[in-house]
Amino acid sequence: MTAIPVIEAEALDLTFQTNDGPIHALKDVNLTIGKGEFVSFIGPSGCGKTTFLRCIAALEHPTGGTLRVNGMTPDEARQARSYGYVFQAAGLYPWRTIAGNVKLPLEIMGYPRAEMNARVEKVLELVDLAGFGKKFPWQLSGGMQQRASIARALAFDADILLMDEPFGALDEIVRDHLNEELLKLWARTEKTIGFVTHSIPEAVYLSTKIVVMSPRPGRITDVIESTLPKERPLDIRDTPEFLEIAHRVREGLRAGHAYDE
Amino acid sequence: MTKSILPVLTVLAAIVAVWYLAAVWLNSQWVYDQAARAGTEVGFSEMVAQTMAQERPVLPAPHQVAAGLWDGLAGQKVTSKRSLVWHGWITLSATLSGFALGTAAGLLLAVGIVHSRAMDMSVMPWAIASQTVPILAIAPMVIVVLASIGVKGLLPKAIIAAYLSFFPVLVGMVKGLRAPDAMQLDLLSTYNASGSDTFWKLRLPSSMPYLFASLKVGIAASLVGAIVAELPAGASAGLGARLLSGSYYGQTIQIWAALFAAALLAAVLVALVGLIERVSLKRMGIAR
Repeated sequence: MTAIPVIEAEALDLTFQTNDGPIHALKDVNLTIGKGEFVSFIGPSGCGKTTFLRCIAALEHPTGGTLRVNGMTPDEARQARSYGYVFQAAGLYPWRTIAGNVKLPLEIMGYPRAEMNARVEKVLELVDLAGFGKKFPWQLSGGMQQRASIARALAFDADILLMDEPFGALDEIVRDHLNEELLKLWARTEKTIGFVTHSIPEAVYLSTKIVVMSPRPGRITDVIESTLPKERPLDIRDTPEFLEIAHRVREGLRAGHAYDE
Repeated sequence: MTKSILPVLTVLAAIVAVWYLAAVWLNSQWVYDQAARAGTEVGFSEMVAQTMAQERPVLPAPHQVAAGLWDGLAGQKVTSKRSLVWHGWITLSATLSGFALGTAAGLLLAVGIVHSRAMDMSVMPWAIASQTVPILAIAPMVIVVLASIGVKGLLPKAIIAAYLSFFPVLVGMVKGLRAPDAMQLDLLSTYNASGSDTFWKLRLPSSMPYLFASLKVGIAASLVGAIVAELPAGASAGLGARLLSGSYYGQTIQIWAALFAAALLAAVLVALVGLIERVSLKRMGIAR
């Protein structure tokens, strides 16, 4: 692939100083993510997958190496509002309606009122929540709330979408459905997506590139380019090609001694 | 609702019954003393009847207090110095101005404390220390000091009421403004939101339930402050003054009537704050 690089990490290091001594959260991470790619980060807890995503979003600050986002430092990229971030919990404001929640980043970024409403309507339709704008978060199911939080991240024109286990708290049936929806959304919006998960099928189903990580110190053990076509119905997960990739991910996790302890 | 009426009435009846028994027991000594002085004997039923109708009983019977309260509220012209409505209004005006002052002070200090570590470390210990000093010790000094510079009347009382009511608001709002979790703050950070956006769009709305809980405590504390402030100056007006003059002249019924008037006032004020709470949380969409 010769896509324009959107995220470039070179020899990235991050050490947290804690009371129990330093913790090596990321060690010598090298990775390039091209425009329009769907990249999944997979590994056991403590492997630094979330930390890496947070570094891209300038929520953590690396202690070594370089990281460029859209050719800028992560902090500059944050100030340029280059990405939308979706957390594990929807984190909608209970005192705002769904439309009000989606409007939140637009208000902060100072969009004109008419444009705000048009954008809210557009992204709510994109996540299949048209007509739910006037509801309050507690009136929606967990899956719908998470979709609203994705709409919130899509509302402004960031071309990068960072998702930290967005479906981790949902049951498998809802998760399957949302995975399918997410692929459609990715195809329509052509965003670059960074996606943290600890589910192998989820990673293989969604990604064009799977980054396998392992803990102590957090590092990349394998980067797998998916050979699956861009069109992916749910039953692609039963094809030999899919199982082949899933197998390689599992091997990568094992090689990282992820299951030793 | 109808289900809970029976237990509520049962508890109320039990309290009234205990009160009557206590009144008979505490007031009987005086009845026996009177009889002994007159050289007569009193039977049990005669004694009970007399304990219910003394002019200055040790413990007035419930119906005496109720009569005193009713007379004070409805039996006098509201401009009369014997009217509890008039005294109540004096105390209420000090309570409300003190509550407004205290709430404003508590809010401002809380905003400062949440945004500045230096303020957190310098103001909070003093705020806590201020509440460990008995209000009865502070009140006379505030009144004397302010009187010496010519400030009299409502303001000194309001300041003492504010002294009691700012604290719950301060503590509640510090907690409330810090209620948003790390994820909420991270989210705003990814939007590159300013400090004022974070305050108005996240911290302030998050703190509303805490604010109203604090306001309920604050307004009751404010009333206590206003009443206490009326005691030391020998004030001639207000529920506190009514309590004081009652105790000067041994008018126990007057004391109890004023006490109940104060309790009634507190209940109404707290219920009012509760009503505002329900309406505003509902409009915000937080209450279901």
